[in-house]
Amino acid sequence: MSEPSARPKPTCFQELILTLQDYWARQGCLILQPFDMEMGAGTFHTATTLRALGPKPWYAAYVQPSRRPTDGRYGDNPMRLQHYYQFQAILKPSPPDILERYLGSLAAIGIDTSLHDVRFVEDDWESPTLGAWGLGWEVWCDGSEISQFTYFQQVGGIDVDLVSGEITYGLERLAMYLFDKKSIFELPFNRADSEVPLSYGDVFLQNEREQSAYNFEFADTDMLFRHFADAEKECGRLIEKRLPLPAYEQCIKASHCFNLLDARRVISVTERQSYILRVRDLAKACCEAWLATQKEAA
Amino acid sequence: MAELLLELLSEEIPARMQARAADDLKRLVGDGLKAAGLEFKDASAFATPRRLTLVVDGLPTARADVSEERRGPRVGAPDQAVQGFLKATGLASLDQAEKRDTGKGEFWFAVIRKKGGPTAEALPGIIDAAMKALPWPKSMRWGSGTMTWVRPLQSIVALFDGKVLAGEIAPGGQMAPIKFGDTTRGHRFLSNGPIKVAGFADYTAKLRAAHVMLDPAERKQVVFEGAERLCTEAQVALKADEGLLDEVAGLVEWPVPMLGTIDAQFMGVPPEVLIVSMKTHQRYFVTTDRSGALANRFVVVANNVARDGGKTIVDGNERVLRSRLSDAKFFWDQDRKQRLAERLPALKDIVFHAKLGTQAERVQRITQLASQIATSVPGADISQVEQAALLCKADLVTGMVGEFPELQGIMGRYYALEEKISAAVADAIGDHYAPAGPNDRCPSAPVSIAVALADKLDALVSFWSIGEKPTGSRDPYALRRAALGVIRIIVENNIRLPLKKFFSADDLMAFFADRLKVQMREKGVRHDVVDAVFALGGEDDLVRLLARVEAVQSFLGTEAGKNLLTAYGRAANIVRAEEKKDKTLASRIAGAPDAALLQQIEEKNVAAALAEVERLVTPALQREDFAAAMQAFAGLRGPIDAFFEKVTVNVAEKPDLRLNRLKLLNQIRATMDSVADFSRIEG
Repeated sequence: MSEPSARPKPTCFQELILTLQDYWARQGCLILQPFDMEMGAGTFHTATTLRALGPKPWYAAYVQPSRRPTDGRYGDNPMRLQHYYQFQAILKPSPPDILERYLGSLAAIGIDTSLHDVRFVEDDWESPTLGAWGLGWEVWCDGSEISQFTYFQQVGGIDVDLVSGEITYGLERLAMYLFDKKSIFELPFNRADSEVPLSYGDVFLQNEREQSAYNFEFADTDMLFRHFADAEKECGRLIEKRLPLPAYEQCIKASHCFNLLDARRVISVTERQSYILRVRDLAKACCEAWLATQKEAA
Repeated sequence: MAELLLELLSEEIPARMQARAADDLKRLVGDGLKAAGLEFKDASAFATPRRLTLVVDGLPTARADVSEERRGPRVGAPDQAVQGFLKATGLASLDQAEKRDTGKGEFWFAVIRKKGGPTAEALPGIIDAAMKALPWPKSMRWGSGTMTWVRPLQSIVALFDGKVLAGEIAPGGQMAPIKFGDTTRGHRFLSNGPIKVAGFADYTAKLRAAHVMLDPAERKQVVFEGAERLCTEAQVALKADEGLLDEVAGLVEWPVPMLGTIDAQFMGVPPEVLIVSMKTHQRYFVTTDRSGALANRFVVVANNVARDGGKTIVDGNERVLRSRLSDAKFFWDQDRKQRLAERLPALKDIVFHAKLGTQAERVQRITQLASQIATSVPGADISQVEQAALLCKADLVTGMVGEFPELQGIMGRYYALEEKISAAVADAIGDHYAPAGPNDRCPSAPVSIAVALADKLDALVSFWSIGEKPTGSRDPYALRRAALGVIRIIVENNIRLPLKKFFSADDLMAFFADRLKVQMREKGVRHDVVDAVFALGGEDDLVRLLARVEAVQSFLGTEAGKNLLTAYGRAANIVRAEEKKDKTLASRIAGAPDAALLQQIEEKNVAAALAEVERLVTPALQREDFAAAMQAFAGLRGPIDAFFEKVTVNVAEKPDLRLNRLKLLNQIRATMDSVADFSRIEG
């Protein structure tokens, strides 16, 4: 392990991100940028889903904007967003001291374990759309969930070669905890002493209102069904061409279309399962194709 | 005599798996020791969130060579027997076995020599085998390894007689083997660096100094006593919760109970909501005030001794609870803005089951059923029943139930009360899922009974109609529980409800019968008595059926009952034996005997007694006074005994007399069988 973060304790949302990036960079992680497509969670980033497969070691960390259309509340609920940020670190293969490293990241963001009660509470993770599962915990600090920790066992229905340790911080929730705010929208986005100090609400409240209206009321469902079908078809075609990366983007697109359709409540409970399975089939095919390229390269 | 100490240190083990894993480790190592011929005095196993520990006392330090003889199959036995013998004894072929004449023929004998030697040499293999066999409910790989464990395994203490055992566990891949050693770690935050241990006593003492209480029972006690003390000081009462206590003891190595306060603004939210948030989501213990109502204090158990005395931890927990509860309060305030009746259209959007339509359709069916059922429930006001049934699922589309699905029904009741719907209707909405299990409260108010029955009968009848019947292992729609619920509601409230009014499927009635049998068996009712009553068939009134079972069972417990059963057996045996010889007999002996052919006084007495019994029994059965019916039977005993003593049935020379006497015996059987099929009673 290299030296811990030299950064001071974060005081605002963006410093929280900077501190985590700095910390995980010092742990040997690549600092990647967000994937430039709509996705439900940081796990969908190719840096996790695809890189978790295959025999090559991989340490990476990144912020991923995550969209969950059904979680939108028009900005009315102080704790719910349809667009939020996850910070994700993936260490493959998981090193023996990964938990100590994780606890080091808490120290870096200002959680002093001589004052707080940090607990690892069983929480197994499963993503039906990615055909992925793993075992791990929710990490609690004084009763508040501050991270998810997962050891990936399967991705795309395939047993992993090397087990990745995946750490996900829900940044808004963590920031609310660190900065003692009752509402996400009150979080300081940058420092209070900045030239232009802004809150999370200043940056995102209007977005929550408009996107919630879009997600729940105005998204053109016929178009979304079409887009889903197109993406599904395109994905299959690209798999045949042995182009797993562009194929996987189509899978991500299909998944997001499904999430929007779900928010518009036009998919019945039974149909829902079949849509999830269709996305899973795409994810599986992409993962298999990706794995083939990895094994060829190795 | 020496001690074995084994500690398997890992990352945090799920609380629910710890106790079982400790037991399994003890059993598996114990079995391994016994199989290796190593007797021991005592073994104890413990679990904390990070370790499984086993101590075995009184092991010998060495074993002598032992040889054991095992007799195999006869020489020339089939190959299958020979192969089984070789496999069981570990011999490669019969060349390694000896032929011996035992006096009863020639047999194969195996002489198995187990090499003795220092116990320490046998232990690593036993430990390794036990770890491989340990059945975690869910286990995983980590790093580049292939080994599976509940979470990554970090170190192993394996000491025998104070010395480190030579051994290791290889996780595989590129990972370094985990060597058996004598060092462990203490509490994750309250201890630093490795701890070297010499034996179990030293181990527990050093762990304690490093803030680890090894014994879960002690942790539970510390949690409980600490929580009680805090509550006493705060003048509230701890709500005992054994399940939560077990779980919390599995989440901490060093329990520190602390008292928190619920923000006053949330005390107006229904207590069930507060309890779900605290108990299920936060693992807090709830407290009550003098009147038994929910108090504004809770107990949280930390796994840390904080340097500020826990102030930050309590603040943090209060803050989390505040945010959870403000979410809940938000829903409580929002939900009350819309009446339950106004929510009904939204139920059209919720699919209950693809083949069974939406919740709105289900509500329609339940309402119809409930009003039908209500006519059989004394005191049930039809309009109240209909209103409750109509609204019983409306809370499914409230924000609160969306967030806390476990509050379905409960929230419906609160929202109903808030909009001043009558208490009987509100309670019925709240009760209609009950009973959720054998220990759950069973609805007893008339309106509740009708709606709760309708909810379950609809589920049963509907799933039956699409062929979704439970199988031995699969019951995804909890139909067994639904049937048991119907039975409990009917029986405990004495509801006279002919079930066949609601469905015609015979196998659904049989399903009810099976559930009833299981339930009665658990209550200690004789299964043969249940069978005897069920064998009558056609009974779909559970109350009547049970009354019958009870009367028969208590009659059979009396002297008269036992004797009469013997007499019945004799009569039935004779008739059955004759019927076997003559296939046409059965039809010829049906009906009453011919009075003119009754010759002996004993015959006449039996006929008279039967007539008297029938005179009494028929109206008794009509009034459902089964005890009186059974009592009437008692009068048969004397005449029948005398009959068997004095009368010969099979008088070959007088066929008409014989036939008439068989008729008489058959009538005894028929009369008694009108209450239960006594042929099924085991003497």
